[in-house]
Amino acid sequence: MERAMRDLTNEIIELIRRTSTRLPADVEERLRAAIEKEAPGSAARNALETILKNIELSRQKSTPICQDTGTPIFYVHYPEGWSTRALREQIRNAMAEATKRSYMRPNAVDAIYDRNTGNNLGGDDFPYIHFEEVDADQPLVIELMLKGGGCENVGRQYSLPDNELGADRDLAGVRKVVLDAVQKAQGQGCAPGILGVAIGGDRSSSYLKSKEVLFEKIGVRNPDPELAKLEERLTEEANQLGIGPMGFGGQTTVLDTKIVGLSRLPASYFVTVSYMCWAYRRRKMIVRGDQVEYE
Amino acid sequence: MREITIPIDDEVIRSLHVGDSVALTGIMVTARDAAHKWMVETFIKKTRPPQGEDEQVYEALKKLLNGGVIYHCGPVVSKDENGEYHFLAAGPTTSIREEPYQADVMKHFNVKGVIGKGGMGAKTLQGCRETPGVYFHAVGGAATFLAQTVEKVHGVYKLEFGVPEALWVIEVKEFPAVVTMDAHGQSQHAIVDAASRQVLEELLNKPY
Repeated sequence: MERAMRDLTNEIIELIRRTSTRLPADVEERLRAAIEKEAPGSAARNALETILKNIELSRQKSTPICQDTGTPIFYVHYPEGWSTRALREQIRNAMAEATKRSYMRPNAVDAIYDRNTGNNLGGDDFPYIHFEEVDADQPLVIELMLKGGGCENVGRQYSLPDNELGADRDLAGVRKVVLDAVQKAQGQGCAPGILGVAIGGDRSSSYLKSKEVLFEKIGVRNPDPELAKLEERLTEEANQLGIGPMGFGGQTTVLDTKIVGLSRLPASYFVTVSYMCWAYRRRKMIVRGDQVEYE
Repeated sequence: MREITIPIDDEVIRSLHVGDSVALTGIMVTARDAAHKWMVETFIKKTRPPQGEDEQVYEALKKLLNGGVIYHCGPVVSKDENGEYHFLAAGPTTSIREEPYQADVMKHFNVKGVIGKGGMGAKTLQGCRETPGVYFHAVGGAATFLAQTVEKVHGVYKLEFGVPEALWVIEVKEFPAVVTMDAHGQSQHAIVDAASRQVLEELLNKPY
């Protein structure tokens, strides 16, 4: 029980700093590989080159990759016996301090009174914190994703069948609506993007899971071979749309697609697409006893 | 890469075309959602009476924006021990949210350039023709990189909107952007949208 009292506020500030200022290596690799697909001198290629310079500079200077430091989404896997109330308080204190240190932009705006709280602390839902209990002998793992508003705004949810798109309640229909979502997003979600797709659920669980699946690394495929095939096909076909980096036109519109299947009601068949911008910021910290590791 | 100095005159604006790369130098003003709504309601449509320092801010903006540039940006800002502000991260935000307001703001203040990302719609394109003005696209998310071009923060208006939504007056040197909507009615965004819609139609008709 004693370790449950350990104060991790400073370690969580470091998690926030790393997440905001250092893009994960798997994302940077994909962006680097995408450059070669764009024509020399094209706006698309220049945009990707600027993106890579920015990633490097942000890392060096320890400043946010994107000024929109987004919705902070924490997933906390805590060993049995830890206090979630204490962890929540530490996360909130860390968030306020990280904002003071300019790792985060003050992003929590009261929607009714239109006031920015100035410290990234809104109600219970901001920052968003999800707790999941694990066995007492397991490490504490805190994952953080920062999802910007531009890409959040282009997310979409479809209720199938969709007559306009000719999308039935099957994977063929799923494919159609996901491609429609990418076309409608154009460059506004800061393409090239990463797609999190949830099939099923209710309106809220479907959105939630379409984001949760984005905690996985690029290239991790759904264990179901048919869904894995659809993930790859969607990435390839989305790139045929020619929207390109920033919507300038080009070969690289989507870097990866991740699908998660959920339970649904007989009456409902939701397909939810969460669009993640190229500034795909996600990191985790693992706490084993006194040791804290960052990934 | 073409060097452009702010304020910009009409001749320079008309010489710019979709696809041109530019480097902007001079003073610009950040303004996004709250600022656009406030400008239109208070000074253009006048559906809301000016409050507090609104009139003084308006007088200052009229000078700054005449021939000037609006940047759709909500920066990360630090304040040093001397009380001076610095931009740490300052990429563009999605511009389409200002579509209801932008053309009116451009015409009212004689704004020559709007910088943002994602492009804007038909109403703003018409505003670009009439003002005349252009839309400059900066690289979304390239926030640390673009903040390097901000040499000085001259001041801030309407800080009560919050740091991201306030109007920051900044001096930039060689801010890189691409013209994606020009004063001749051309829009790269309309072109890409139409072409991608056609590909989508073809893909939707393919068997699974």
